[in-house]
Amino acid sequence: MGDRLKRIGLVAAPWLAIVAAWYGVRESGLVNSALVPAPHAVLAKSVDLFARQGLAWDIFVSTRRVFIGVAVGIALAVPVGFLIGWFRSAKAFADPLVNFFRALPPIALIPLVIVYFGVDEPAKLVILIYASFFAGVIVMYEGVSQINPLFIRVARTLGASQSEVFRKVIIPLTVPHILTALRVALGVAWATLVASELVAAQRGLGSMIQNASTYFLLDVIYVGIICIGLVALLMDLALRRLSTRFLAWQDRVGA
Amino acid sequence: MSEPRIRFERVSLEFPTAAGPLRVVDDVSYDIHEGEFVAVIGPSGCGKTTMMNMLAGFQRPTSGRVLLDGREVAGPGSDRGVMFQEYGVFPWLTVRENIAFGLTLKANRVPAGEREAIVERYLGLMGLAGFADAYPKHLSGGMRQRLALARAYAVKPQFLLMDEPFGALDAQTRSNMQNLLLEILAAERKTVMLITHSVEEAIYLASRIVIVTARPARVREIVAVPFAYPRDEAIHEAREFGELRSHIRDLVMDEYRAQQGQARAVAFSE
Repeated sequence: MGDRLKRIGLVAAPWLAIVAAWYGVRESGLVNSALVPAPHAVLAKSVDLFARQGLAWDIFVSTRRVFIGVAVGIALAVPVGFLIGWFRSAKAFADPLVNFFRALPPIALIPLVIVYFGVDEPAKLVILIYASFFAGVIVMYEGVSQINPLFIRVARTLGASQSEVFRKVIIPLTVPHILTALRVALGVAWATLVASELVAAQRGLGSMIQNASTYFLLDVIYVGIICIGLVALLMDLALRRLSTRFLAWQDRVGA
Repeated sequence: MSEPRIRFERVSLEFPTAAGPLRVVDDVSYDIHEGEFVAVIGPSGCGKTTMMNMLAGFQRPTSGRVLLDGREVAGPGSDRGVMFQEYGVFPWLTVRENIAFGLTLKANRVPAGEREAIVERYLGLMGLAGFADAYPKHLSGGMRQRLALARAYAVKPQFLLMDEPFGALDAQTRSNMQNLLLEILAAERKTVMLITHSVEEAIYLASRIVIVTARPARVREIVAVPFAYPRDEAIHEAREFGELRSHIRDLVMDEYRAQQGQARAVAFSE
């Protein structure tokens, strides 16, 4: 019981420290306190937004966009990344190509996305899929190209056919890389969300922040940022849980 | 004498390199008969492993033939169990699942009940029973080696090919593994090819020793080991053991120096 309390304390301490520092900055007079809404005011604002402005719907809309963007992006990145990683010659020409597209900030592509995909839901998803795909595909092919060929040899000497090697050796060795790709893509997708919701979004956390900045509603901006952080954190925790379950065999899990 | 089970027939192998073909194995011929334990010894990097790879079916000779019961080796198969230098145990499977792996493949599938029985048997024989459901990350080097041996044995291969299997183990574990190998071979006889660079190991385990030259590997000499099986540690003290050891060591050291000379020549020419 004491251990448990200690653990909760350890987890809570940095968060409490941030809130304390937040109050500290506000009270110190270094910054005009009108520019730094107090934590309790932000909390009150979030309750208000939940109750009267449908904050839950904004969270849902944004989460759904990230979810679909990552799911589609990774569904494409897994086979493509696998093939690039598996055939070394493919990696030589794919690597610069992938890095070129990955280096482009999604926000710079928004004008083009609007031209080709309009301003509706598909446009926002395209940006998220783009970001997830290029983040994930690199993780996949770097991982797959490092699969130790020894395991394939061992399986062959035990009598495995080509398809058995694929099902019983290559797939289990690919799963960790798929999970890593998911985690990386989730991070990138949340970072890209605000950019994607710049495209004439009505709802969503990114558009909420955008609209609030137009009217200089600092407390709403704070609420939006905190919500993005919290949802991203929860998704990452869920993925880590999944990793610990499926990857108990690895030397380091959840690291 | 009966037909050999394994025959290297004027086998040569060359690797293509930027500077032209590099000959690794050069006109090697020798036979391994049913139930024999042949150790191949030579300086490291001389092409011993390449010989084993050809027998395992991973590489094809540039010329000559590697024959298994009179038929040319076409690819890997579960009739030849292979133990690699790095243990190659599957980290994503538990100890039990590792041993069962080969038995779940189409090539040697057995009913679940029989599979269980085989796995239990080797868990016991290899002293792994207490770790049956652990992942390999929890095993020591010696235990991983025993697991690799159990996994290879489970599919009942007729041949056992071993590439410096005990090279990475400490001296004590190594000698335990050698004794375990002799025990299990006494219980379930196989035709064995062992690649090693340890003269003691070759004499202690093998019935015949093929000494190969510095690269490209040629057969320098083949010696018969005059000790009957079952063997025990005491033969290390025998006079013949010592004589054989110094004879083989001289040959190997001679080839080792030749190899060093080659390396130096390359270094100077660069």
